[in-house]
Amino acid sequence: MAMMDANADLRDQANRLFRQKRLLAFGIPGVVLLYFVYIFFAFDIGGLIQRASADNARALVADVYSHKVHITRDNRSGDVTAAIEGEKKGRFPEGEAPAWVALGDTTVIDLGDGHVITYLPDDNGVTYDVPGYGLMEFTVSRSKGVVQSYPSDEIPEWINASKNRVAITTEAGRLTITRNRTEVFRYFTGWELFFFTLDSPYHGLGFGEVLGRFVTGEAGAILSDFWNNKMWLHKDVYWAIGETVLMAFLGTFGAAIVSLPLAFLAAKNFSPFVAVRFATRRFFDFFRGVDALIWTIILTRAFGLGPMTGALAILITDTGTFGKLFSEALENVDQKQIEGIRSTGAKPLQRYRFGVIPQVTPVLLSQILYYLESNTRSATVIGAITGGGIGLLLTQAMITQKDWEEVTYYIVLVVLMVMVMDWVSGALRRRLIKGDDGGH
Amino acid sequence: MADLTAGSVRVDDIQSSYMAQARRRRLYSGIMLAIFVLLMVAGFQTAEDRNGGSFWGGIDNFFDYPAEVIAEAASKAGELPGHLAHFFPALVETINIAAVSTLIGALGAIVLSLLATRGMARYPRLIGVFRRIMDIMRAVPEIVIALVLIFILGGGPVPAMIAIAFHTVGALGKLFSEVNENADLKPLDGLASVGANWSQRMMLGVVPQVAPNWLSYALLRFEINIRASAILGFVGAGGLGHELKVSIQWGQGKYDEAAAMFILLFLTIVFFDQLSSYVRDKLVHGSNAGGH
Repeated sequence: MAMMDANADLRDQANRLFRQKRLLAFGIPGVVLLYFVYIFFAFDIGGLIQRASADNARALVADVYSHKVHITRDNRSGDVTAAIEGEKKGRFPEGEAPAWVALGDTTVIDLGDGHVITYLPDDNGVTYDVPGYGLMEFTVSRSKGVVQSYPSDEIPEWINASKNRVAITTEAGRLTITRNRTEVFRYFTGWELFFFTLDSPYHGLGFGEVLGRFVTGEAGAILSDFWNNKMWLHKDVYWAIGETVLMAFLGTFGAAIVSLPLAFLAAKNFSPFVAVRFATRRFFDFFRGVDALIWTIILTRAFGLGPMTGALAILITDTGTFGKLFSEALENVDQKQIEGIRSTGAKPLQRYRFGVIPQVTPVLLSQILYYLESNTRSATVIGAITGGGIGLLLTQAMITQKDWEEVTYYIVLVVLMVMVMDWVSGALRRRLIKGDDGGH
Repeated sequence: MADLTAGSVRVDDIQSSYMAQARRRRLYSGIMLAIFVLLMVAGFQTAEDRNGGSFWGGIDNFFDYPAEVIAEAASKAGELPGHLAHFFPALVETINIAAVSTLIGALGAIVLSLLATRGMARYPRLIGVFRRIMDIMRAVPEIVIALVLIFILGGGPVPAMIAIAFHTVGALGKLFSEVNENADLKPLDGLASVGANWSQRMMLGVVPQVAPNWLSYALLRFEINIRASAILGFVGAGGLGHELKVSIQWGQGKYDEAAAMFILLFLTIVFFDQLSSYVRDKLVHGSNAGGH
């Protein structure tokens, strides 16, 4: 009888346990799902999809892998200029143009696939021959705006026309006509002028020829033309990468140097005074709690914009983090080694040097190196606020919203930078802590 | 006799070679230290040269800004509770961004880490591919994705959420796969022998073993993501960071608002910092006590 009672008890217990588990197994996903539903409405994701700009996305993606050449006529003076990306730095010299443009009184622009645009000398006339549609004719004057004639009565949707402005987008390129100027864009794959700008003698040469000249004594000139490229600003970009790495390096190691002595004060087994320990720990908590964002704001006020400010922001935040981590590591040291050193008559400082430091060095270095990599990423973000390094270049290029190929270039460099730092810190960690990686 | 002299010669040899080794080690450490000090000094010098204002010129002004903020906040102390209440929704948004992106990131990381762990992977040949995917996702700083998405989607919490989630998948994926590697594979064999498919094997065989450690890492990440979401707000995504930027650009006159936001951010970070370290301590040590 007693046995049966016990069994029934046991069964009840088991059933209760199962009920609990079942509740948990269905309850947690349910709660997560509910939370996602709440977020869907709180973040207004439905509205966001409508607001999202597909045009921006398309422009961005197209610009990432291609560049455009502008053939522009000033409708007041009649001058025709050719420029890559329409930038001053990418302008062809006076009277020169790419091979698909024939300059003269009548400028003929061959966009390929039978698309031909002609700039006529009289009345700022323009014709555009689209295969399969026909010849469009335009004239521009101060008084009448853009006078247009089309081969069909109904204007197709790829033409956007008003009294003073016409924009035609075809797969071959884009033509815009306003009172002030007529402009043709032709798109090409690739990043133009990446190595040399138009004013460099090395522009347009093949890789083999540049290499040949490199070997035969023009190395300095070639490197300087690449380094001082006005379009892509390689010099500034690599300096910026260097600044970002510098911020991470100074911040991480600076924080390590500052926090190591403080960590002794916060460790239970090294700091005999409860008050000192408590105060140091709250000090660490405070420095970690005042986030890098707030430190950055405060420091920018005091030291101005630049890499020093960024390095200090990382240094101060990480002093808190390292202080906490280091003091935990110090609390875990083996007392036996310290006792052994003490038995030889060592003074306290010698005990720390020979009994403690060798024990904690691998742990601390491993943590420092781990943070070095993570701080490279933080330095990118902090640079965007403090105005230093690649973060600044990235935000600037994005604010202008046109040079997405440069943004892509920066992004690739940032990712490579972080991966290299990751690899370096991993390799150093493995070298410094031989045999320790089995322990983790 | 012969033995004795031979022994003492050997001891002398050993001693001198040990001393030579010690000297060499000391020399190497000295050189390393010198290089390190040189790098630090040169680094600070370079950073100082390229900075807008100088370090020694600014050090005296370090407390000016906090003092101004505190003075203005103190003079309008009565309005502080109102400000705290006013900016609370923005704080909730910042925390929500962090929470959602941690959740999504953790879910992605679970799948990727299982696919990238030897012995558990669904497609063992693709382990390397999934690892590289995680490496790349981890290497992309949040700000890069956030800025691109702000251009396409407009400002607001969603770009920050996606950006942080993307990075979190990579960061947690690496940690999760380290956890997975320490899991016992025997339950998987058992489950396979009764005909369980891959997702059942993972759910019933792996997850119960590793869940506490996963949760512990996810909590740590949540705390990091709160900071990230505040910073991303500052560069254009929504939440407290955005409000902070607005009132800081306004400058004097809105310092009381900035102070209120500083307080909110500080308290939030300290709260989640303490909470996560408490819970992690319980999770990890609790499971260790049971496991060993």
